[in-house]
Amino acid sequence: MLTDHLLSALIFLPLVGAFALLALFPAAPEAAAHGAEPDPHAGPSMPGGRAAAIRLFALVVSLATFALSCVLLARFQMKAGYQFLETADWLPMFGAKYTVGVDGISVLLVALTTFLSVLAIGYSFTVTKRIKEYMAFLLVLESAMLGVFCALDLILFYVFWEAVLIPMYFLIGIWGHERRTYAAVKFFLYTFAGSVLMLVGLVAVIRLVGSSDLSALSIPGSELNDKLQGFPAQSLMWIYASFALAFMVKVPMFPFHTWLPDAHVEAPTAGSVILAGVMLKMGVYGFMRICLPMFPHQAMQSSGLFIALAVIGIIYGAVVAAVQPDMKKLVAYSSVSHLGYVMLGVFSFTHLGMMGALLQSINHGVSTGMLFFLVGCLYERRHTREISAFGGLKRSVPVLSFFFLVALLSSVALPLTNGFVGEFAILQGSYLSKTSGPVWTAVAAIGAILSAVYMLWLFQRVFAGPASKEENRTMPDLSLREKLVLVPLVVLVFWFGVAVTPWVRYMEPTITAPKLVRPKAPPIEYIALPGMDGVRR
Amino acid sequence: MHDLHTGQWVWLIPVLPLVGALLHAGLGARVIAALGDKRGRWLVGAVATGLVLASFAVSCVVLSDLVANGGEHRRALAGLGPGGSTPDWIKMGTVHLRFEALVDPLSMLMCLIVTGVGGLIHLYATGYMATDRDYPRFFTYFNLFIFMMLVLVLGSSAALMFVGWEGVGLCSYLLISFWFEDPENAKAGNKAFIVNRIGDVGFLLGMMTVFSLFGTLSFRAADGTGFLDLAEHGRTATAALTVGSATLISLLFFVGACGKSAQFPLYIWLPDAMAGPTPVSALIHAATMVTAGVVMVTRLSPIFAQAPSAMMVVAAIGLFTAVLAAGIAAVQNDIKKVLAYSTVSQLGYMFLGCGVGAFAAGMFHVTTHAFFKALLFLGAGSVIHAMSGEQDMRKMGGLAGRIRVTHGTMVAGWLAIAGIPVFSGFWSKDLILNSALGAPRYGLLLYAVGVGTALLTAFYMTRLMAKTFWTPQRFVEPHGDKGHGGDDGHGHGHGGVHESPRSMTVPLIVLAALSVVGGLVGTPWANAFEHFLEPSVASRNLIVPHEGMPAATGLLVGALVAALGVGFGLHAYRTKGKSGFLADERTRSSNPLFIGATNLWYIDGTLSRICIGGGGQLADRVWRWADRMLIDGAVNAVAWVTGAIAEVVRRTQSGYLRSYAVTMLVGAAVVVAWVLGGSVRP
Repeated sequence: MLTDHLLSALIFLPLVGAFALLALFPAAPEAAAHGAEPDPHAGPSMPGGRAAAIRLFALVVSLATFALSCVLLARFQMKAGYQFLETADWLPMFGAKYTVGVDGISVLLVALTTFLSVLAIGYSFTVTKRIKEYMAFLLVLESAMLGVFCALDLILFYVFWEAVLIPMYFLIGIWGHERRTYAAVKFFLYTFAGSVLMLVGLVAVIRLVGSSDLSALSIPGSELNDKLQGFPAQSLMWIYASFALAFMVKVPMFPFHTWLPDAHVEAPTAGSVILAGVMLKMGVYGFMRICLPMFPHQAMQSSGLFIALAVIGIIYGAVVAAVQPDMKKLVAYSSVSHLGYVMLGVFSFTHLGMMGALLQSINHGVSTGMLFFLVGCLYERRHTREISAFGGLKRSVPVLSFFFLVALLSSVALPLTNGFVGEFAILQGSYLSKTSGPVWTAVAAIGAILSAVYMLWLFQRVFAGPASKEENRTMPDLSLREKLVLVPLVVLVFWFGVAVTPWVRYMEPTITAPKLVRPKAPPIEYIALPGMDGVRR
Repeated sequence: MHDLHTGQWVWLIPVLPLVGALLHAGLGARVIAALGDKRGRWLVGAVATGLVLASFAVSCVVLSDLVANGGEHRRALAGLGPGGSTPDWIKMGTVHLRFEALVDPLSMLMCLIVTGVGGLIHLYATGYMATDRDYPRFFTYFNLFIFMMLVLVLGSSAALMFVGWEGVGLCSYLLISFWFEDPENAKAGNKAFIVNRIGDVGFLLGMMTVFSLFGTLSFRAADGTGFLDLAEHGRTATAALTVGSATLISLLFFVGACGKSAQFPLYIWLPDAMAGPTPVSALIHAATMVTAGVVMVTRLSPIFAQAPSAMMVVAAIGLFTAVLAAGIAAVQNDIKKVLAYSTVSQLGYMFLGCGVGAFAAGMFHVTTHAFFKALLFLGAGSVIHAMSGEQDMRKMGGLAGRIRVTHGTMVAGWLAIAGIPVFSGFWSKDLILNSALGAPRYGLLLYAVGVGTALLTAFYMTRLMAKTFWTPQRFVEPHGDKGHGGDDGHGHGHGGVHESPRSMTVPLIVLAALSVVGGLVGTPWANAFEHFLEPSVASRNLIVPHEGMPAATGLLVGALVAALGVGFGLHAYRTKGKSGFLADERTRSSNPLFIGATNLWYIDGTLSRICIGGGGQLADRVWRWADRMLIDGAVNAVAWVTGAIAEVVRRTQSGYLRSYAVTMLVGAAVVVAWVLGGSVRP
């Protein structure tokens, strides 16, 4: 019974929770009065008991969702193909159905989403401004993101995809920092423009094949997929481009990345964590779920462009990160660099590169999530993100600086942390690939040097040196709640770094199923890693 | 491959220090708080030292087992998981990496050096760091370093070696910037990590090339499918190993070696690394970590040996670095900087040995150097301790009679590095130089420059000893209340020049003894060392280092050169008369060589200016111009144009702008898609 509707329960539990939150805690007059308060961190705006109840309620809902995703992980069978499929009629006039299911690619992203949502809500206990709406938006956001990763109908996918934008728009626009309106509108319009392009492609595909059934379309060799491949390559290229552009904006790939630093800097901490940790992965997921299996020839033809943009992104993001005076912007640009690695892995068209890309998507969620939490902790203590305002914190906040060091090491991909495993698989896959190969890999590897440059320099300026400012000398160290948020992330950093194999088992059958990487009639010889045949020497 | 009786103990070698690190990190501060400062610190120091020495004991047991039962190849694999199990690390596609140790003469030799010399330096550090406020943090990093170094030398695959490789880099970074309150220390730590990262990328790419050719990253396998097994037979996974492939792999890995082992042009981080506490300099930046490059090249010798041009590069870079650094060492005034450049120079020697095919000679020098350079650094630390933090040799002098143990032991180190007969450095240096003379190409040139460098080495070390110990005293007696600056970051209540405590002098004495006799295992007539190491280095059918001249002649020349260098140094810094170098050093600025050397040959400054200054400016321009103006400017321009159009639309339609715009966009999209989809219907 539970297994029958597990995914639906998972997707809609946070949404139901959000509505319950709104229903159970009707607006109190004093809460409304404080709604316009400019500083989100200013004193309590509602009676303590009520706020605590709201926080606790949201936390319990997110924990329950996380528990459901653990059940999902436990019951997931390590094999290729969609599992936990549910299907129901939804919009018969478009032929759209409500179809959800997970495979080895999405199941880990689902788990990442529920995991980071718990932490984001747990971290946000310090938010006091319109706490009820804030928590409700976070929960709605969680539902929408889970929907994106589970939807197996193109129209359903699109609905969830767009639904993600709305709560995030409000999270940035209401609880953001100084330039929140600019950032929120930019974020919304930029990614929406991309989504509309995707809508073009989506409608075109439905018109062509007469179905929006993604669970079949995304399986190379299925009847629907074959039918799609039968159409003229040039039309397919246009449709592919419309999808790819939408996903590129979301990832974001160079040069469509400039919404990211603005959105990150202005978003509240939990928003940044979700944005970097999960939402960027929606773009990666789009490439793996839609672009590659549905348009294999087009993806192959365009791989040169994507590899070039990915590698440029790696270097460019790192270079620009190095000179940011704002901590959050630095982390945002580092995301551009990290996601460059992920896209390099995807477009290497090797099993190793793909698995690395998926792993690195999760790793980036963990390490960058951690960095954003820590920057948030620093912001709450000093109300500034200017790097130059800090210094010498290692003495006053040793625990915080330890956590920061772990996040740093994961971010620079030190072996035995999660970052190394993903980066190694991506680079090795890319080295073996016929689409990227050793030269692009060598250029991409320079990113490893640059990441050390910007992260260590950041660490030095914030944590080393004399604590010349009084606020830095007397800064309080992490609270128990903050530690509770960070410890699970540290555990994952080392778990993925030391014993990644159990996690790889989830994705390996799906990715090495020959269908994903090797379509029926490959235009160029595809690469198959097992046995090493066909690998460039 | 044979099974060892002690195979299930091997995992303890790295894990014991790791346990120490975790204990200090978790409980160290609490133990000190609970037991009181004195007893707490004693316990932390004892646990740290004891665990490293326990690891040394296990290494000895395993080594004796290996010699007895290792079979012809003296090679065995052992799990590094608890109880000797072999857990998976990464199993992904065709990549299968395990936590597993390759037990062979090379790895066990390094285990002995790392845990033996490391244990002594831990003991020394309990005295040297006795009053440091971050005592537990120091031993956390110090034990962690031993763990990482052991993973580096024991790892059965290039990937596991890389774990240790970057791990020791991390510990080095943490320990260089240990006294983080001084921004200069933090900067030195960053420089070390980042320059090492350049090398690490070379290592990484080399590793990927190996994987693409051999389909595995394991050095050796029981069934002979390790990549070194294959390479030894001139094969890859599917074809013959070409000279081109071997050269590419060798050069990429050598970039890694240049980073970690401070070879030109990546040596620039090592002198700055002296910002760390002196035990760190002795352990990491002299005895163990910086020799990792030599260990790696020796480990990969079956591949290097098949790439003659790569070997030539190794030899040339090594020798060039040796000369360059020896020149700088001769004019430095900071006692630790002299030793730092000396280390760079000696590492160059080791690579010269490897480059001419004498891998065993290179490793022999790694071993003797570990003894005498650790000794010299610890001695220097003892001097600094005695001088209450002073590191400038211009402000020393006359210490010989006042810190007798330190002086006596440092004399042993001095004679060893200078290459005076029977001392350890004499034998290993001679072996390298003689092999250089026998190199297939440019043998005489390599030899001549090598001998010149040996002369310079004997000179600058004599200068160090003379300026520190034998020349007249050039400092005012420190008083008890004098504040401490410089390296020795602790204040001890007693002023004045004083000998160090027992915990510091005992390691000095042991290392001095090793520096004196340690070379006797590798004399040209009975080279037990080379014989022992033979199974680990490139087999004889791949490369045979030639002796350039009869062993006795070589030794005689070596002894004469050393004597000449020492004699010249003693003369130049003689205590009587006023024409000595000591008086002249300040006025000799007209000599271009002197000016060049004091300016570090302008290499460090130029590289820093280009990379930090130039790179920083470039990055800033990229951000301000390309990112903000060009790319984001374009985005905002589009938004502005859209807004302007919408403004016009709004005048005619008066309503909610955004909802109109969104509706329009969606509508247009659907229409376009419908047409597009319809038109291509087959």
